[in-house]
Amino acid sequence: MARLGMHAPAAMFSWRRVGAMILRHLYVLRGSWPRLLELMYWPLVQLFLWGFITLFFRQHSSWVAEAAGVLISAVLLWDVLFRSNLGISLSFLEEMWSRNLGQIFVSPLRPYELVAALAVMSLIRTLISVGPAALLALPLFDVWVFSLGPSLLAFFANLLVMGWSVGLVASALVLRFGMGAESLAWLGIFLLAPLSGIYYPIAILPGWLQPVSWALPSAHVFEGMRAVLFDGVLRIDLLAAAVALNALYLALAGGFFLYMFHVARQRGLLLQQGE
Amino acid sequence: MRQSQDPVAAVKNLTKRFGEVCAVESISFTVAKGSTTALLGGNGAGKTTTLSMLLGLLLPTSGSVTVFGEDMVRHRHRVLPRMNFSSPYVDVPRRLTVLENLTVYGHLYGLDGVAARVRAIARDLEMEPLLRRTTGNLSSGQKTRVMLAKALLNEPDLLLLDEPTASLDPDTADWMRSYLEIYRARTGATIVLASHNMAEVERLCDAVVMLREGRIVDRGAPADLVARYGRRTLEEVFLDIARRRGAGQPGDSGDSGESGDSADPVGR
Repeated sequence: MARLGMHAPAAMFSWRRVGAMILRHLYVLRGSWPRLLELMYWPLVQLFLWGFITLFFRQHSSWVAEAAGVLISAVLLWDVLFRSNLGISLSFLEEMWSRNLGQIFVSPLRPYELVAALAVMSLIRTLISVGPAALLALPLFDVWVFSLGPSLLAFFANLLVMGWSVGLVASALVLRFGMGAESLAWLGIFLLAPLSGIYYPIAILPGWLQPVSWALPSAHVFEGMRAVLFDGVLRIDLLAAAVALNALYLALAGGFFLYMFHVARQRGLLLQQGE
Repeated sequence: MRQSQDPVAAVKNLTKRFGEVCAVESISFTVAKGSTTALLGGNGAGKTTTLSMLLGLLLPTSGSVTVFGEDMVRHRHRVLPRMNFSSPYVDVPRRLTVLENLTVYGHLYGLDGVAARVRAIARDLEMEPLLRRTTGNLSSGQKTRVMLAKALLNEPDLLLLDEPTASLDPDTADWMRSYLEIYRARTGATIVLASHNMAEVERLCDAVVMLREGRIVDRGAPADLVARYGRRTLEEVFLDIARRRGAGQPGDSGDSGESGDSADPVGR
């Protein structure tokens, strides 16, 4: 066999390496139809549950009757946040479960390239999860979430990015504390659910809790969603606050992940991870 | 194999502490280009810790590691494309086929013509029938070939192997050693391996760094060590050192490990 050419130093950022990590996770999805079904399963269950609740409340609640899609839109948007978070943390956990972290980090892959790949995988997983439920909401419950128009894209993007931040923090903690922290990847996001005002206005919360709630991008998104559905108004102030908070939290979460990667290099954790 | 005087790797006063535990204590050595060097020692001697620091996966507490002239703490990405690694302590995704795994790593290493390169390495390692199989379903011998294929995918100038033949049957282990000899002869690559297997080290290595409790207790060419200790095999030398037998023997010379061997590919 002839020798390969000279090895060039690794570039600071390579989309090809990011693509390689995306490919790795797409291979996993492609090779496992149960995983694909599993991705779609829970959003569909949620759709049925909240669809029937909507049918009931349409007859018994003037609030829901006023905007019939509010509950289903809320649950689908919540699932965007949930799936986005899982898209990051589960893809990261895949590396831990398969004891692959040590291998990928002796390759020229940089930690922020892994983060970029995880973010793209999160988007793909979220679309696979929530897409079918969003489309089926129309024939099943006469709710067309895409009637939210361009604001839907803004809500989606904000919740996606917030999910990345939560997922990165959970992944960083798993990297630092090992598989003992695995449940954080699954459950951490639920801590934010009561504060996000998914199904009710933030004003319902106790006064002392409302500032905490407003510190979450998701609270601004769900308030913004209700403004569109009930008043037909896109609240730019809410959207701007969500974008600003997301920018802050994503920077902090990214920094936290990179710091924990540094700690993992100090403590020799990269070769020790696995089930 | 002809060896150049330029060291591929230089380890200087390297120390790694994990809290109270000192895994590696002030070790210094260099690895000559084109050599095969063994880090030899019992469990907990510091072999894997040293390999991890050579790869830049683990940060030293103090001291320095340079590979191809680059500081592995700060600039490891400049040289990682020229290196690769295999260890029983890491794995590749078990749900992916062998072909998928090698394709992913081919892209990670930025290879041109990944598909052709994967086919070539599979042919070379006689593992073409394995390409479509799920990695998690392979026997340990087959998996070893896959891990070796991954480690050689970028045809590294520096190959680091942690216990390369651990848990292999004698036939597969012999095949692996033969392949490493062929690879080094063909490419002039430098190999650093950590091993417990003395026969393997005697067969493959030009130089040995003996570690015990994180310190270098001796070093030199295998034949020189055997002669200096007045033993028949490297295994007997290893046992001497491991059991701290023979006070006043060369094994007790501490970090300096003087052997008087000017051709020693493990520099002091």
